[in-house]
Amino acid sequence: MTRQVSSRADHKAIAERVPEGARVLDVGCGNGDLLALLVEKRSVRARGLELSGELAGTAMSRGLSVIQGDADSDLEVFPENGFDFAILSKAIQHMRRPDMVLQELARIAPDVIVSFRNYGLWSRRLSLFSSGRMPGHRLWHDEAALHPSTARDMVELCSALGLETVAMASVRDGRVGAFRDSGLSRLNWGADEVILHLRRA
Amino acid sequence: MSDRHTLPISEVKHLTLDKPLPLDCGEQLDGVRIAYECWGELNAEKSNAILICHALTGDQFAASENLVTGRPPWWSRMIGPGLPIDTDRFHVIATNVLGGCMGTTGPASDAPDGKPWGTRFPVITISDMVRAQIAFIDALGIDTLFSVIGGSMGGMQVLDWAVQVPERVFTAIPIATAARHSAQNIAFYEVGRQSIMADPDWCDGQYLAQDKRPSRGLAIARMAAHITYVSEEALKRKFDRGLQDREQTSFSFDADFQVESYLRYQGHSFVDRFDANSYLYVTRAMDYYDLAARHDGRLADAFVDTPVRFCLFSFSSDWHYPPSTTREITRALAAAGAEVSYLEIETDNGHDAFFLEEPLFEDALAGFLKVNAGKRGI
Repeated sequence: MTRQVSSRADHKAIAERVPEGARVLDVGCGNGDLLALLVEKRSVRARGLELSGELAGTAMSRGLSVIQGDADSDLEVFPENGFDFAILSKAIQHMRRPDMVLQELARIAPDVIVSFRNYGLWSRRLSLFSSGRMPGHRLWHDEAALHPSTARDMVELCSALGLETVAMASVRDGRVGAFRDSGLSRLNWGADEVILHLRRA
Repeated sequence: MSDRHTLPISEVKHLTLDKPLPLDCGEQLDGVRIAYECWGELNAEKSNAILICHALTGDQFAASENLVTGRPPWWSRMIGPGLPIDTDRFHVIATNVLGGCMGTTGPASDAPDGKPWGTRFPVITISDMVRAQIAFIDALGIDTLFSVIGGSMGGMQVLDWAVQVPERVFTAIPIATAARHSAQNIAFYEVGRQSIMADPDWCDGQYLAQDKRPSRGLAIARMAAHITYVSEEALKRKFDRGLQDREQTSFSFDADFQVESYLRYQGHSFVDRFDANSYLYVTRAMDYYDLAARHDGRLADAFVDTPVRFCLFSFSSDWHYPPSTTREITRALAAAGAEVSYLEIETDNGHDAFFLEEPLFEDALAGFLKVNAGKRGI
């Protein structure tokens, strides 16, 4: 790799969950920071899917195996259980159909990790309550998440899709808390971002 | 023949296959000559060889000046010391395809009776071209190619290598290509073939024996095809409705418009370097190409359990082989569980973009080769 591997706390935390040598698909892999980290720390067989040609090209020039494509329509081509882990890092709320994407991921890999912004965070609840405006992004019409959701929303959706939450962690101020198998209410109240480790039931 | 020609074709570097070459049409060819060029050292393990497959009108002079026509190398942007296809690291080989006209056996070569084959030459396929290349690589004593790389028709050959002998191909890079010709592809090439055959100097394919050349027909064939190699945006950017060396239209059939003058130049400059019958045979081979047809229409089945690592590229404004065709191959490879990368380059350079300056394309291709060279211990 020609570039420094990622030092992002959430990337490191995700890498902790992935066993050595696993086959990993990173959906919405961007410039490949997380994949590069997984290759270096975990020797995974890494594959990425990225919509932006600019980002996919950057990841490829780092020597990563990346397909430029759209998670909303291209996941269907991957074979059942073609991977051990599917990862969706900060991308699920930007999909047109998060439910269908999650369903595809569950088909492609038995283990799924998703990280996303938690709109259940107390300050976001308060902000909507007090200001009457959508929390977070001022550009709600442009760059904001298509599907803002809380940690609880996501856990419930995953459960309905047959994906059990085996561990969850909060990300706050760039720091990742410990992965726990319970404590959703506290997480939903206090986490800026959430990482869920899901497993096909 | 133009005075730029510096060497007779018979004197380009070549190797004669010692076994007959079986063809898809059922015939076989004896004593096939393969014209080739190479750059960079072959390592002791013979593990660093890359084969470059050329497009319809290309040749083996990918990285050094064409010794016959004096034309500059067609892929000097890509192949050379320190370049993406790095000749300090790789042994790069390029051959002229079977049916071609730059020294490899084709319709302009002599048949066993000592006269030019002309249209007596058997109709060949992309797989026949690759079969000839495999025999050639055998003759060089190379077992596994580190990579097979090619654009357009070259990309079809890359796919065919990966399907015919997957265990002998470590990586494959098909660029701006298709696993089958569309009806539109066939239609454009049929216009070209008909214009060649309508030229009275074609002489039913026996023009060489009569010392004639169907140059007008071949030039029109090239003009028609060339339109499909450039994008609408690029034509508009370069010419739009601009007039050629005049202030107003001439109310005649002169080349009033710059785009006409440009196309006429493309046609005329082509006829000195290409054999008209070769054009018929090679375009026919492309028309016949349909990789999925051999697998009951399921392209993914062509690649089941393939060990080959693929990296595919397409160009957004290419309407000859549009990104959708390359994406279809990518999807088939992903479905077959193959290790595959795919990138669509945003550009208005059209089909010919892979010959031109496209930094993201070059960087991504270089990154892919570099990492895989590491895996291969090169």
